[in-house]
Amino acid sequence: MTAKLTLGPVLFHWPAETLRDFYFRMADEAPVDSVCLGEVVCAKRMPFFAPQVPAIVERLKRAGKEVIHSSLALVMNERERRATRELAAAEGFFVEANDMAAAALLAGRPHAIGPYVNVYNEGTLDVLARRGAVRVCLPVELPAPSLAALAGVPGVELEVQVFGRLPLALSARCYHARSHGRHKDSCQYVCGEDPDGMVVETIDGQPFLAVNGIQCLSYTFGNLIGELAALSAMGIGRFRLSPHDTDMVAVARRFRDVIDGRAEAGAALENLAALVPQASFSNGFYHGTEGAAAAGLLAQA
Amino acid sequence: MNQPLELVCPAGTPAALRAAVDAGADSVYLGFRDETNARNFPGLNFSRDELRAGIAYAHGRGAKVLVAINTYPRAGHQAPWHRALDDAARLDADAVILADIGLADYAARSHPGLRRHLSVQASASSPEAIRFYHEAFGIKRVVLPRVLTLAEIAALNRQIPVESEVFAFGGLCVMAEGRCALSSYATGQSPNICGVCSPPSHVRYIDQGDRLVSKLGAFTINAFSADEPAGYPTLCKGRFSTGGEASYLFEEPTSLNILALLPALAEAGVRALKIEGRQRGRAYVAEVVAAFRRAIDALARGEPLPPLNLQAVTEGQRETAGAYRKTWR
Repeated sequence: MTAKLTLGPVLFHWPAETLRDFYFRMADEAPVDSVCLGEVVCAKRMPFFAPQVPAIVERLKRAGKEVIHSSLALVMNERERRATRELAAAEGFFVEANDMAAAALLAGRPHAIGPYVNVYNEGTLDVLARRGAVRVCLPVELPAPSLAALAGVPGVELEVQVFGRLPLALSARCYHARSHGRHKDSCQYVCGEDPDGMVVETIDGQPFLAVNGIQCLSYTFGNLIGELAALSAMGIGRFRLSPHDTDMVAVARRFRDVIDGRAEAGAALENLAALVPQASFSNGFYHGTEGAAAAGLLAQA
Repeated sequence: MNQPLELVCPAGTPAALRAAVDAGADSVYLGFRDETNARNFPGLNFSRDELRAGIAYAHGRGAKVLVAINTYPRAGHQAPWHRALDDAARLDADAVILADIGLADYAARSHPGLRRHLSVQASASSPEAIRFYHEAFGIKRVVLPRVLTLAEIAALNRQIPVESEVFAFGGLCVMAEGRCALSSYATGQSPNICGVCSPPSHVRYIDQGDRLVSKLGAFTINAFSADEPAGYPTLCKGRFSTGGEASYLFEEPTSLNILALLPALAEAGVRALKIEGRQRGRAYVAEVVAAFRRAIDALARGEPLPPLNLQAVTEGQRETAGAYRKTWR
């Protein structure tokens, strides 16, 4: 395999210093080719991180990483629109559009499309590629046959998330605030209390989802380490690791080792389970069944 | 206000179509009996022949028929969606309601004369996104996501070159439409691809003596005591637990009703009102459509809105104005 690794954007509201230190360490130590920066979930969080960005970009570039600037996934109000316009207009930025507003603004120059844009088929991929998309990170719910069909479209590099909680839904409503009896406007940044999202259980106590502000993620961590070879064989050349409050350098190394043929997927999976003991893994979407399900290699573990 | 609001009504069956037209619908929207539309429930929707008859009935009474082809074509298997478009054009539908970019592109190239609306499932919530669909595919109307406030809708309408349609009554998606894989995560059936959310095939009710548990796939969505009415386990309307506390985390089992906001919506430049409910029977459709017909006519005549009593037909007997009021967020 010659696949590349992308570190996805941090989806959670981590303190700005934590984020800076996290990215510095990823720049210095993580065997990833590309790193996504930027607030994807909530525009209210943006002012905290923005002052850190130039130093992080510099550090990443010095380490030879490609820097990708990720846009907001849900664009409704003036603040969100302004942030999206500014990002799209920024000189020299390689931007990943997570909403059609950003994709529209980026048309005509090379850009990436993020997993929040509905790219379900060849027709859509073809339109986006003609408008300047050179890389597309596909929606997490696509099954293997869809991924294979999309990989046959020429001229655009495809990426699939292979690690981390799966982004499942977005809303105008902030569930973090709501669960604490607050509204979005008076949230007091309560989402900052949950560095991997707030676990949602069924009323029978079964872990189900994870809330991250206006975003709903899976409780399980998506994990396609057992499917890397099949994905590569389809022609998918990039794999995304979605950051969590864990040793992401070590996580990246496990994936890199499998890609480079230095480790077997089974051994790497055991390693990952030990590294992220709080996680239960899933790969059901890839296997065409419930997203929450563990199939293939995960089912043998 | 130049022209009265257009009343766009659901038709899950030919009987509901006739009921809606007879009750005063300006337009009805419907889908084919397959995965090409977002209400792919058993026993619903139209065959090609039923569509032909439905269009004849509607056109004979001055009403329009809009065909929803608003799921996302499956990669490697786009033919059913293309066929649905070709047939809607051939059978003289007044417009198609589309969500997928590739399908909108196909429609614009293959049937340039067929009017195109942008489905709520496309989740186009900003002027930039809406202008893209207009400029790239000639979209003439956008069905606005239910995530917007009244003030945002008014501001949006001043900045877009197309008509807007908003949801007025019925079920309420609390997530950004077309961008939700919750049901898919629990059942393996993608609403975006298969056209069905919280599918009946994956619903179970388990009688545990003191309580009735409703499940979707492997997950408990709610539980009801003997004296509580048991609702359908739509995933986002379930009771879940965070920090040890159970609540309707995403949304209570409420029903959207914006009747009181009708004048404000007209003022905000909205062109059409959409009644949700293709899964509803013809009696429900007739009652809701007639009520909104009276209200729109009163508004057009400058009269006060007539009192309406639709409580009996609303889900869970509770109503919300949803995101149209900012405090909902």
